[in-house]
Amino acid sequence: MANKLIIAPAPHVQTEQSTSCIMRDVLIALLPALAVSTWVFGVDVLFVTAVSVISCVLFEFLIQKFFVKGPLSVNNLSAAVTGLLLAFNLPSSIPWWIVVIGAFVAIAIAKMTFGGLGKNPFNPALVGRVFLLLAYPVQMTSFPAVEGCDALSGATMLAAVKQGVVGVDSLGVGDLLLGTMPGSMGEVSALALLLGFVYLLFRRVITWHVPVTVLGTMALFAFVVALTNGGGALLWELPLFHILAGGAMLGAIFMATDYSSSPMTIRGGVIFAVGIGVITMLIRLWGAYPEGMSFAILIMNSCVPLINKYVKPKRFGVK
Amino acid sequence: MEVLLYTILTLCALGVLAAVILYFVAQKFRVEEDPRIDEVEKMLPGANCGGCGFAGCRGMADALVKNDDISSLFCPVGGGDCMKAVANYLGKAAAEKEPQVATVRCGGTCEKRPRTNKFDGAKSCAVASALYVGETGCSFGCLGFGDCEAACSFDAIHINPQTGLPEVDGDKCTACGACVSACPKNIIELRKKFPKNRAVYVGCVSKDKGAAVMKSCKAGCIGCGKCVKACPFGAITLVDNVAYIDSTKCKLCRKCVNECPTGAIKLIGMDPLPKAPKAPAVKPAAPVKPAETVAPKVAEVAAAAPKAAEKPAEAKSQSETAQAVEK
Amino acid sequence: MKTFPIGGVHPSENKLSSAKPIEVLPLPEVVNIPLGQHIGAPAVAKVAKGDKVLTGQLIAEAGSFMSANIHSPISGTVTAVGPVVNAQGLRQPMITIQREGDEWVEGIDRSTTLVKECKLEAKDIIAKIKDAGIVGMGGATFPTHVKLSVPPGKKAEVLIINGVECEPYLTSDHRTMLERGEELVVGVTILMKAIGVDKAVIGIENNKPDAIENLRKIASAYTGIEVMPLMVKYPQGGEKQLIAAVTGRQVPPPPALPIDVGAVVCNASTTVAVYEAVQKNKPLIERVVTVTGKKVKNPRNLLTRMGTPISTLLEAAGGLPEDAGKVINGGPMMGRAMVNLDSPVTKGCSGITVMCGSDAERKMPSQCIKCGKCVNACPMGLEPYWLAKMSQKKKWDEIEGEMITSCIECGCCQSSCPAYLPLLDWVRLGKQTVMGRIRARMATQKK
Repeated sequence: MANKLIIAPAPHVQTEQSTSCIMRDVLIALLPALAVSTWVFGVDVLFVTAVSVISCVLFEFLIQKFFVKGPLSVNNLSAAVTGLLLAFNLPSSIPWWIVVIGAFVAIAIAKMTFGGLGKNPFNPALVGRVFLLLAYPVQMTSFPAVEGCDALSGATMLAAVKQGVVGVDSLGVGDLLLGTMPGSMGEVSALALLLGFVYLLFRRVITWHVPVTVLGTMALFAFVVALTNGGGALLWELPLFHILAGGAMLGAIFMATDYSSSPMTIRGGVIFAVGIGVITMLIRLWGAYPEGMSFAILIMNSCVPLINKYVKPKRFGVK
Repeated sequence: MEVLLYTILTLCALGVLAAVILYFVAQKFRVEEDPRIDEVEKMLPGANCGGCGFAGCRGMADALVKNDDISSLFCPVGGGDCMKAVANYLGKAAAEKEPQVATVRCGGTCEKRPRTNKFDGAKSCAVASALYVGETGCSFGCLGFGDCEAACSFDAIHINPQTGLPEVDGDKCTACGACVSACPKNIIELRKKFPKNRAVYVGCVSKDKGAAVMKSCKAGCIGCGKCVKACPFGAITLVDNVAYIDSTKCKLCRKCVNECPTGAIKLIGMDPLPKAPKAPAVKPAAPVKPAETVAPKVAEVAAAAPKAAEKPAEAKSQSETAQAVEK
Repeated sequence: MKTFPIGGVHPSENKLSSAKPIEVLPLPEVVNIPLGQHIGAPAVAKVAKGDKVLTGQLIAEAGSFMSANIHSPISGTVTAVGPVVNAQGLRQPMITIQREGDEWVEGIDRSTTLVKECKLEAKDIIAKIKDAGIVGMGGATFPTHVKLSVPPGKKAEVLIINGVECEPYLTSDHRTMLERGEELVVGVTILMKAIGVDKAVIGIENNKPDAIENLRKIASAYTGIEVMPLMVKYPQGGEKQLIAAVTGRQVPPPPALPIDVGAVVCNASTTVAVYEAVQKNKPLIERVVTVTGKKVKNPRNLLTRMGTPISTLLEAAGGLPEDAGKVINGGPMMGRAMVNLDSPVTKGCSGITVMCGSDAERKMPSQCIKCGKCVNACPMGLEPYWLAKMSQKKKWDEIEGEMITSCIECGCCQSSCPAYLPLLDWVRLGKQTVMGRIRARMATQKK
């Protein structure tokens, strides 16, 4: 026996699914949406994405190197995920320096000040996006026009519908799924995002509970609103429109499921998701902004510590 | 203008209302407290270390004020002076206690006590000790994962990476006892503090028989009992194969140090006595223990004797380093 | 297909030795028999240095009701009764016996003929099981006679035989069910009689279809014995999980016991030992041990006398591989890593697993990312991330309130943690501390 025996308490097996492996899977799941976005908005998309990802990773590296003690964990890819998600929440025409500012807010303020990955109470990418939305409202809400979607020249579907320019049925379900309409880079194609969702489920990165509950709540809310407004074709058009348009899919699948800013238990996750769905719909229908997903997720993020404290998993053997 | 007026009025009215409510609430939930508690708390060190047995200095102050007999209460951090001051203030009799210092009773350095396996679990003595013997063959010795270091609120105890053992900074140690209770092996003891941090103590707590001790550690107490005989003050006892020096009886005469064949008796802050002629040192050990168990042990002691000859130099270098630390 | 309701994980099965028939290991020359190899009080030695003993002779008697007899696994001379270094490197009282031939105590039936009929009454069956020193052989080593003695006021409704063997690598129960099915089923009828039930369920995970088929065929000749295939999910072999899978009833948190929901669970190998004790007068002196590991040359299932040094078993399996890092007494999920490979096989030792190279080492831990995988994996519905954190901070009252005593130490949390945190290390420490505090509290209350 040449080597010393290794002693450790049980268990002696560990999962292959490491933190960086999970983050890599999230990146892979976001690729279809990136591809569709590039196809719809052109190569600008790749430029904005590259700026966002590189600056996020760089900020995290610099902060870890010079301000935070402990081993470097920038290679766990979580900063890259934040960068990609931040880019997905921006219009492709945005100037590069705004992207860098957004990345700084996301990483330096929303993530690293709290202690880095796992300790941030709010979704960093969304904090970055909301900051930019408030600081640079013009650049953040002017979207390049999309070929074959002349009805909406530079406004998102949600904004157009809110202003009463077009009706909810002005775009076909096919367009909504495919994403040939103005909007933030990553949110336009529901189909690509759903593909990513399936991949994440398959890789057991997330469970179905939060995304399905968010979208289900929104659909139900829209259905009830449609019902009070007379019903008819609206009964299916309005729910479908709300879950396919805007950032609903992106938010429900990739933002609301962010590990550190969502509840630990499935029960808690469902409460969290219902909250997001309701707040999103309230903002979309009666608020000042056409889209409420980011705000809804951030508001519910703030409830997560409370949910974690009071919503316990079902204990074995306890009635 | 009208809007402004209404706003100011409403706010003022709200303020008055809140003040009235607060006044009544404060009356209803008022707690009468002895003002001396605050004063006593100020006199205590304010470390909130829990060394006195209370959750913090406030709890201690409360007990000091409320109990008539405070002789059982003692703040190890403030020490006798602090307790005397408190007692004077309260007009009660203070507990008298000599200053103490935490002492690590294990000499099993990486060199003296080879690591036989690698622990790969959570780096905690409590976890390792609940699981198995530890990284060495000695089931009594220091595990070296630093639970004591983590427990110390005074930055007074640190694991030395060279030796793998904790070292106490006598000047910083307040004898609060946090490390004593954190150590799952009960190695750390609060002993009487001598001037200049001098100390003589047995650096081993192994109850194993001599042969087993020798096998796992070259610095362990083998229970030969020579120190017991050498001590002129009756301060040393031998129970369960391990010698113990009572620090309240010890006069730091250092006679035991030279007798110890394994160097288990540690000398801190002083030079050892000049070495006595070597020859008769081995044999007188025999009558100390029943013949049956001693027989194999004498042989081992003899075997260890050449090594023991190297000891004084080492002990000296140790004491030198200790002094260097002091400076 | 049935399974337990909460949590669980799917570790790679690695059942390397499932096709290897049980082989008899040659008798050891020297055995060390620990006096404490079961839950409860250690046994009290009945022999002294120099005594001659026969195979099957009682050498240590149960120290209390919650204890078990120990018998000599070989015949020869007692060379020492005293502390010997055990698998954890600690000194533990053991009886050392030097072998001389293999002479058995009279009255033990060593033939292989099947004795189906059992005319004994329940209390005589339990007495015989107690005499034979039988304890749970799945690893928990709970004395079987204690389990079978249904306390007054409670009633057993169903006997569950644990043939799950959910622990990766191990195959000793699997082979026992295949090769000794007849005896096992007779053992089931005896146990049913002992606790007075007319229904027994043999729970087997669906990854052992040959064992399910074999036992189904045999059990069809008896009334009241059902073989139930279960979905493959760890820790199905946990007593509470198995009861929930089979009956749908959940045992309430401690101090409640399985009998509170009318179930008595007995391991498959233990059931065969019960058969041998009651029908053949044979005490528990040997057991099947799986010696396995990815790099072990010849993984096998060995019928081994108790007290045989584990190094002998490793030799029989082709020796310790070059880069062996960890040798585990048991399987990789709940087994204990060993320091001393010369330590003996005991009643609860169902396998020896050798981990090599990087498998043997834990991966570098990083920060908790709050993914909640440990919470979802916990079969007891606990929150391991929180318990571990609070245990590390010594908040004992807090974790007691969060039901840490329910933890069954199955390791699901730690094995599913993507940050590779030592969750169970801390939770186990917290559990042990809290249990100690509860015991101390009860002791002061009694006064």
